[in-house]
Amino acid sequence: MDLYEYQARDMFEKHGVPVLPGIVASTPAEAKAAAEKLGGGTVVVKAQVKTGGRGKAGGVKVVHNPADAEAAAAQILGMDIKGHTVHKVMIAAGAKIAQEFYFSVLLDRAQRRYLAMCSVEGGMEIEQLAVEKPEALARVAVDPLKGIDAEKAAEIVATAGFPAELADKVAAVIMSLWGVYDAEDATLVEVNPLVLTEDGEVIALDGKVTLDENAGFRHEDHEALEDKDAADPLEAKAKALDLNYVKLDGSVGIIGNGAGLVMSTLDVVAYAGEQFGGVKPANFLDIGGGASAAVMANGLDVILNDAQVKSVFVNVFGGITSCVEVAKGIIGALESLGDAATKPLVVRLDGNAVEEGREILAAAGHPLVTIVETMDGAAAKAAELAAAA
Amino acid sequence: MAIFLTKDSKVVVQGMTGSEGMKHTTRMLASGTQIVGGVNPRKAGEQVAFPDDVTIPVFGSVADAMAETGADVSVVFVPPAFTKAAVIEAVDAGMPLVVIITEGVPVADTAEFFSYATEKGTRLIGPNCPGLITPGQSNVGITPATITGPGKIGLVSKSGTLTYQMLFELRDIGFTTAVGIGGDPIVGTTHIDCLEAFQNDPETEAIVMIGEIGGDAEERAAAYIKEHVTKPVVGYVAGFEAPEGKTMGHAGAIVSGSAGTAQAKKEALEAAGVKVGKTPSETARLMREILQG
Repeated sequence: MDLYEYQARDMFEKHGVPVLPGIVASTPAEAKAAAEKLGGGTVVVKAQVKTGGRGKAGGVKVVHNPADAEAAAAQILGMDIKGHTVHKVMIAAGAKIAQEFYFSVLLDRAQRRYLAMCSVEGGMEIEQLAVEKPEALARVAVDPLKGIDAEKAAEIVATAGFPAELADKVAAVIMSLWGVYDAEDATLVEVNPLVLTEDGEVIALDGKVTLDENAGFRHEDHEALEDKDAADPLEAKAKALDLNYVKLDGSVGIIGNGAGLVMSTLDVVAYAGEQFGGVKPANFLDIGGGASAAVMANGLDVILNDAQVKSVFVNVFGGITSCVEVAKGIIGALESLGDAATKPLVVRLDGNAVEEGREILAAAGHPLVTIVETMDGAAAKAAELAAAA
Repeated sequence: MAIFLTKDSKVVVQGMTGSEGMKHTTRMLASGTQIVGGVNPRKAGEQVAFPDDVTIPVFGSVADAMAETGADVSVVFVPPAFTKAAVIEAVDAGMPLVVIITEGVPVADTAEFFSYATEKGTRLIGPNCPGLITPGQSNVGITPATITGPGKIGLVSKSGTLTYQMLFELRDIGFTTAVGIGGDPIVGTTHIDCLEAFQNDPETEAIVMIGEIGGDAEERAAAYIKEHVTKPVVGYVAGFEAPEGKTMGHAGAIVSGSAGTAQAKKEALEAAGVKVGKTPSETARLMREILQG
């Protein structure tokens, strides 16, 4: 889960990372009040979006009084930045910047440990820096069993080439940023820019934090950070039912078990769909391992309520999941829908209890259900039905 | 021969007495796995009954189980909050191979126990994986054993259900060993580890490698294949139509050095001489052509 800048700022503050005062606002009036609360002088109005390049898009404005903060917020709120609508702005106190630096710590999947990256040349997009001046970006491996202690922080600032008079100050901030990473179960903590002010303070001016959702069980407060308004209504419904669902733009509804098989099902449907004028999958839905008939029925309910869906492809290879439960779920969902069920279902079952599952479907003989034995054949049938609808 | 797991492997189940552990221990026993014990400190000394008059003793610790039975594989079914402690216990006991089935383990926990296991010389498989199967000999994890049989193909996959699909499609030719390495950001055993082991296994004649979007494990595996693997490799990559998922932010893209897309992975594999199928069935056909001409 990616955090907004204001959420990252608050989290930094909680862990003792030096940040500037900042107040989040959802309306121009709130922005004005926030600017007043920050002293009525110069503030920065910053669009809160989970994407880069907002400065270039006009989503960051420096203003010198609360009335201008209100006007700037009115401009920025509702703006579209790379497909992200701005719903909130942060009103941040101004700072007199002497120098800009870069720091991040993140999961290094390839090396299976953590990686700290640091540069005395901040302010630039980090991808650009990595390409144009790779020697200016220090990369220091971090042992997960040790983390960033004083010795490691000193190594990072030395490798990045900070001057001696700044080294201790920057190292202390890096250790507190490690505190955020470690204590909050983050997979990324990035500060760009990390700034030196004219008063000689080192401050995290902008922060990006990604949290590990698997660690949610030991962070009750993380749930409140979730972006509930951003979700599509069908995604929200699926989430409430504890289903792993992602809405897409096509017309073949997909239900399967296991992320890999469901992803593969999307690909196979799109591939088969090329024969039918470019039919595409309408969603990703993984019912997971060992799903019950109720889970299957819930999944079908979400998909059949998607107006874009013209046909449905149920693709299950039963490992733990029993094909009997899948078949019962399909029949149950169709019975409860009654005459409201109008969309054709193509079902491909294999694996655990496949014969019994197919028998249940055959015995029910529902006119909307077609059983196809192979995955490729079923995908073609589902695409054909969607194209014909 | 096989890799990592044979009929002689003696397996302890951490979390055997829980509902998942009981269900899967029953299934592992049915597929011929030598299960020698379960671990649960609160139930040490008990005997647990399974079908066909089999009883399995419960030990208070992995170390006790190893001392009593000579176990050399542990399989972990404990919930995510307790997985790190369970793995560290097995590593401390000197277990050579620990297979972690549990889904939803915090990645910081995996990073820690992986580093620890590496220092101590324990191989980990998983977490969030179906385990591994050497058909006809032993099955550790949750793979349905009856869908396939022994043979000459080695299989390595990030995805559980795609592993099953491929085991089923090529059941007549059969497999030496199939390893589900898991789809988490950090896994104990990689595609490359399995490719190396299959290359060195005299009974494995060809290899199927299944990958999916995210990270750059497939690209690194492709580079490894080019340099070190002389046996034929057939590949499949899932996720061409998947929406851009949970990104790791800008810094993540730099580390991987690749977009992590299915297309990039497919191209990397093809550049290494791997035939990549468009669907799982086509991938199985490519393998069939290689082995049956």
